[in-house]
Amino acid sequence: MSIGHTLLGLLESGPRHGYDLKRAFDEKFGHDRPLHYGQVYSTMSRLLKNGLVEVDGIESGGGPERKRYAITDAGITDVEQWLATPEKPEPYLQSTLYTKIVLALLTHRDAADILDTQRAEHLRSMRILTDRKRRGDLADQLICDHALFHLEADLRWLELAAARLDKLKAAVHT
Amino acid sequence: MNAPGGSLLVAEGLRKAYGPTMALDGAEFSIHPGEVVAVMGPSGSGKSTLLHCLAGIVTPDSGSIMYDGQDLATMSDAQRSRLRRSDFGFVFQFGQLVPELTCVENVALPLRLNGAPRKQAERTALEWMQRLEVDDLGRKRPGEVSGGQGQRVAVARSLVTDPRVLFADEPTGALDSLNGERVMELLTEAARSANAAVVLVTHEARVAAYSDREIVVRDGKSRDMERVI
Repeated sequence: MSIGHTLLGLLESGPRHGYDLKRAFDEKFGHDRPLHYGQVYSTMSRLLKNGLVEVDGIESGGGPERKRYAITDAGITDVEQWLATPEKPEPYLQSTLYTKIVLALLTHRDAADILDTQRAEHLRSMRILTDRKRRGDLADQLICDHALFHLEADLRWLELAAARLDKLKAAVHT
Repeated sequence: MNAPGGSLLVAEGLRKAYGPTMALDGAEFSIHPGEVVAVMGPSGSGKSTLLHCLAGIVTPDSGSIMYDGQDLATMSDAQRSRLRRSDFGFVFQFGQLVPELTCVENVALPLRLNGAPRKQAERTALEWMQRLEVDDLGRKRPGEVSGGQGQRVAVARSLVTDPRVLFADEPTGALDSLNGERVMELLTEAARSANAAVVLVTHEARVAAYSDREIVVRDGKSRDMERVI
């Protein structure tokens, strides 16, 4: 996920302080990984440098200064472009698993074991997501569904790989 | 096999051949009361044969199945049939409701077969239909309801006798994902609240995610993944 674009998008509804941005981000998107303050401030200074946000005001109370950020026109265009651009589907997991299976076959280990263990691990994650979905609101359900469909796609690949292990074994030993 | 203490249904060394084809080749299984166990594996791996053996529908060539301390192999056919009616519930992929009966009559049917009076049976049936959110379909016939609704009616029927084990063979196989998930949600909720164990045969990971743990069947052999990890 692009934190910069997400923070920019959150600023579209009105100027906010860094702390408010973090809170809004965590509430809406940070279910598993809340933002660190450092991430917010480093992202905001980058956006500021690139002219995508501007400082809308500075409050100085008893504590440190608090900057309020507002999105610029260039920032709005940037968010629009980001939203309109599809994400690249990345076969991130398959390549690692493929390497493991091939290595197992090459070294005469049980590749089916690796697939079974991976399936169990995937299912464990899917159970947690399914449970969260059951207890959550519609936003939770949609977020969890997205993750669930991805895990399911990995699992389908695992099943297919398991069904082809004999062929793969013959191929890697030739 | 070291069956976990308090298991309700335990199978050891199950073997079953259909002609030259070995459907089960030393399969093992155990389940506790109130537990949902998914039986997974590719087509033809022996999942359904395992379920049919556990439910006493098919007799294995060798191996033992103990239900609540009783050996299924030592029971007569009549005793096994009685056990299936009183202690087991069944949900299949499709084609399980009697088309001539209304939905409430379908759900009440197992109670009627056990000798319950019609009014009492239908009252209990309606309570279960309420839990499965299909109580408004009581007077309709299966042909007049959707696939998802019909499956919920079938789940209500499978639970109406308060079974201790519910056998579900691809219960959402004929449904779209939204309907399938709702059926799984209601099925597992209803079974857990009744402390019924569920043996859930499925090849779908999203369905298996409603279980507490999974058994993987491959080439007639089973593997309890909880003990692997």
